[in-house]
Amino acid sequence: MKVINGTLVLTVFAALAATLLAFVHDKTEERTAFNERAYLLRSLNLVLSPETYDNDLSSDIVHISDLDYLGSTEPVTVYRARRNGQPVAAIISSVAPDGYGGPIRLIVGVNYDGTLSGVRAVTHRETPGLGDKIETARSDWILDFTGRSLESSSREEWAIRQDGGVFDQFTGASITPRSVIKAVHNTLIYFAAHRAEIFERPQSDHETP
Amino acid sequence: MTYSQIAKRALWQDNPGLVQLLGLCPLLAVSNSVVNGVGLGIATTMVLTASNTTVSLIKGAVQPQIRIAVFVMIIASFVTVVEMIMSAYFYDLYRVLGIFIPLIVTNCAILGRAEAFASKHDPLRSALDGLLTGLGFALVLIVLGAFREILGQGTLLSQLQMMFGGPPSPGLVLFGEKQGLLLALMPPGAFLGLGLLIAAKNFIDERTDS
Repeated sequence: MKVINGTLVLTVFAALAATLLAFVHDKTEERTAFNERAYLLRSLNLVLSPETYDNDLSSDIVHISDLDYLGSTEPVTVYRARRNGQPVAAIISSVAPDGYGGPIRLIVGVNYDGTLSGVRAVTHRETPGLGDKIETARSDWILDFTGRSLESSSREEWAIRQDGGVFDQFTGASITPRSVIKAVHNTLIYFAAHRAEIFERPQSDHETP
Repeated sequence: MTYSQIAKRALWQDNPGLVQLLGLCPLLAVSNSVVNGVGLGIATTMVLTASNTTVSLIKGAVQPQIRIAVFVMIIASFVTVVEMIMSAYFYDLYRVLGIFIPLIVTNCAILGRAEAFASKHDPLRSALDGLLTGLGFALVLIVLGAFREILGQGTLLSQLQMMFGGPPSPGLVLFGEKQGLLLALMPPGAFLGLGLLIAAKNFIDERTDS
């Protein structure tokens, strides 16, 4: 009798809890989805100005795998910006795999002609106060990428000053900027080699495969 | 137990952050700024009040053998509700607090209050105990957050927009970030700060006793 009672009580509570959760989920689902999309679009518009394209950037996506150039074993998402159906730019969420505190996730906006429209660090675990200068909240360092391309600087110049390159270094943290510069450079190389293919591929589903 | 006794114990004598030392993981991890502290403090207080009230209401219906399972289910449900509400209405704060919202489930202070207090007292007292214990926890989070934010970044109340909307707010800039004490923002700073707070509390207690 005791066992049955206990089971019954647990079942009733589980049912009540499930009902409550389903109810709240139903009430908040739409707003959460809206927030997520708005957040995504807001970060994408940081690296590509919204006036340059007229398609639905957050759903015109493809997933691409290339460990050597995009830094991730998982497929990375590429957002494709078009104007009147013509390719304008792509935003590639590539990864700098060798950051000081683990992988640094980036979004790299590349115009169709191969110049960078902007770069931002999305998530990272670099040392606060030293490596976190890749955030725009901490310094303007990452804005220096905008306008650069494979042609604007030679292979050797894609490096921090200390290594003979054109990018500023951080005091006390050289691994972080080196890792980001290498990742952006690799992304540009990938884009230059595959850009036609990137824009021709059929759109992927919204979910990551 | 009278209401004022409950208040005194929850906020000072048995403060979960300073005396019971329950829920240290979120306390130490999220207390790097005032706004983060306020956010997690409010979320924890909401869960604690709701779970204490519910546990007290159902205490007669649940056999002792299965009470912990029921308590955990209640707490987990409320945490998920709070998480869903935050993701809908305070999305930026939700992103910053991230994993520490679901981890409220594992905050021992909450199960502790359900077991030690709410399952033995009436709903009104239990609700008050939950609310005040949550506030006691939140106060420690806020004081520690202010301490670390001032020392580490030289600001107070930065990024207030995450709670109230509006344009990004730098908060009160007291001195440049470059002079900040990096240690205060890193995990050791949390331990040192909490240690100093506990020492201060014990000092005050000793003074008032003698």
